[in-house]
Amino acid sequence: MEDPRGEDQQPQLPSPSLWPVGFAVGIVCLLVGLVVSWWVAALGAALALIFGFLWAREVTTGREATPGPPPDGAVPAHEGEGAMPPATPGERFPRNKFLEGATLGLGALIGAIVTLPALGFALMPSFLKQKAHKVDLGPLSDFEENKWQVVTFIRDPAQGEISRRTAFIRNNGLLNGQPSVTVISNRCAHVGCPVQPGGPVFQKQEKTVKTRNGDVNITPVLPAAGFICPCHGGTYDQEGNRIAGPPVRGLDRYEFDIVDGRLVLGNLYSVAKVEGAGKAARIEKAELQGPGQHVDGPESWLYPLQPPH
Amino acid sequence: MATTQTKQSKSRQAVMYPLDWLEERSGLVGGLRYFLFRKVPGDSSWWHTLGSATLTAFLVQLVTGVILAMYYKPDPQNAHASVENITHNLWGGWLVRGMHRWGASVFIILMFMHMGRVFLFGAYKYPRELNWIVGVLILATGLFEGLTGYLLPFDQTAYWATVVAVNINGTAPFVGPWLASVLRGGAEIGPDTLARFYSIHMLLIPGALIGLIGFHLYLVVRLGVSSPPWSKDAAELGPDIEPEPQPPRSGLVQPAPRAAGVRRRPSE
Repeated sequence: MEDPRGEDQQPQLPSPSLWPVGFAVGIVCLLVGLVVSWWVAALGAALALIFGFLWAREVTTGREATPGPPPDGAVPAHEGEGAMPPATPGERFPRNKFLEGATLGLGALIGAIVTLPALGFALMPSFLKQKAHKVDLGPLSDFEENKWQVVTFIRDPAQGEISRRTAFIRNNGLLNGQPSVTVISNRCAHVGCPVQPGGPVFQKQEKTVKTRNGDVNITPVLPAAGFICPCHGGTYDQEGNRIAGPPVRGLDRYEFDIVDGRLVLGNLYSVAKVEGAGKAARIEKAELQGPGQHVDGPESWLYPLQPPH
Repeated sequence: MATTQTKQSKSRQAVMYPLDWLEERSGLVGGLRYFLFRKVPGDSSWWHTLGSATLTAFLVQLVTGVILAMYYKPDPQNAHASVENITHNLWGGWLVRGMHRWGASVFIILMFMHMGRVFLFGAYKYPRELNWIVGVLILATGLFEGLTGYLLPFDQTAYWATVVAVNINGTAPFVGPWLASVLRGGAEIGPDTLARFYSIHMLLIPGALIGLIGFHLYLVVRLGVSSPPWSKDAAELGPDIEPEPQPPRSGLVQPAPRAAGVRRRPSE
């Protein structure tokens, strides 16, 4: 059959050839050799030259002979009967179904392989390696007995100033021969604003203690009216019990330890109730909850599982 | 005279040739014409422009935000200093930051006004319910833009507002504490929180917003603009639709005819 486009209109396609592959290998060797070693480069250059020459020769020697006429009895593709019966409307061949399933399935698999690790990377670090921080606040003797101090400290030196936290600390003196200290977090149990002492802060008597956690600032304070939140008016007594306002529980406290006469803070914990005051206080301890979350009563059933902190 | 005409036709050719080239290969010119010159009810009024105004406000946020990102540094040591630098030292920084800052409020206010218009005109009714739902999603993502953007200046207001916002999320039953941890990127607000909010604010949510707004506009173009409730034209059209007989549901492969059931004007 004659091509309607005419002899000179047919696309001039080179015949299939392996020489370009050798040429490409040679070029790669040459480039790698420039970095690795001169003789690899020389080998690559030689390969590229030889295969390039072979390739060029083949391209320029003209096209291969056109294939001969089809054998007797062969029917051109557009004549004669189809090898398969035509499909009825709506009918699909098994291969069609298989290819659709394979495309969707493989696509989903590739999507999952890419998406799941990325999603895990976005979410998991929020929950893993949430280590507790021990905070050295300096010698306990810096804390005068039965006096309140506002203390600010860096909770995680790796994070720097952004991890600076504030606690209200009162050295209660000895209880059964052991030091007793009240350490109340300043984070309101409503939505986490910083509560303020209800009384004067003696700014001029501020002192700075250098510890391995960075600077610890200690300022005497007289929270005669307890602690008051400036955001929404939550009010607490000196033991951190809620008196008024929107908070759902009392103020959180820090665990503490006395190590070689130094006051060391540990984890935060939530407080359901405090009875009594000072060293005689009986504290009903609860797992640390976020602000606004109940730690007792039926409402606490809304927060059964806490993320690691 | 003749020379001016030739000149005119030549300059016309010079303009039209690239447009024709583009149109022949992409159909973009026709598509843009279809989008811009589609028919709207004759009695649509200034109220109908609130959606476009919201879109404009969003585009302003997009452009100014991209430029602010060139100078902003999302880590606790430098964030506030870089914002100060943008505001006080860099040429035009006060203006672009001001546009972004006040434009955020404009965007939110316009969204609510547009929503109010759609509600009061009853424009959310069949067949536009889906577009109302998409609009509500745009509102929610837009508000989340506001929340995440508020932390970025990293001053006391920003920090404590974010503490409060994250803790309010934390009080949601069951999932709240976990949600708060995801927002903070850990148990406490730290350097990761700022970077995370920045990424959400400038990449994640804008991407979602662009997709949602694209779908919103697609539905507007497909379903057309509704007449105001006092429209006499619409009243003369009579009851909304005679439901056209629907072919049996055949799924994605053979979709139902386009826009079946959408009101057609008698002139068409």
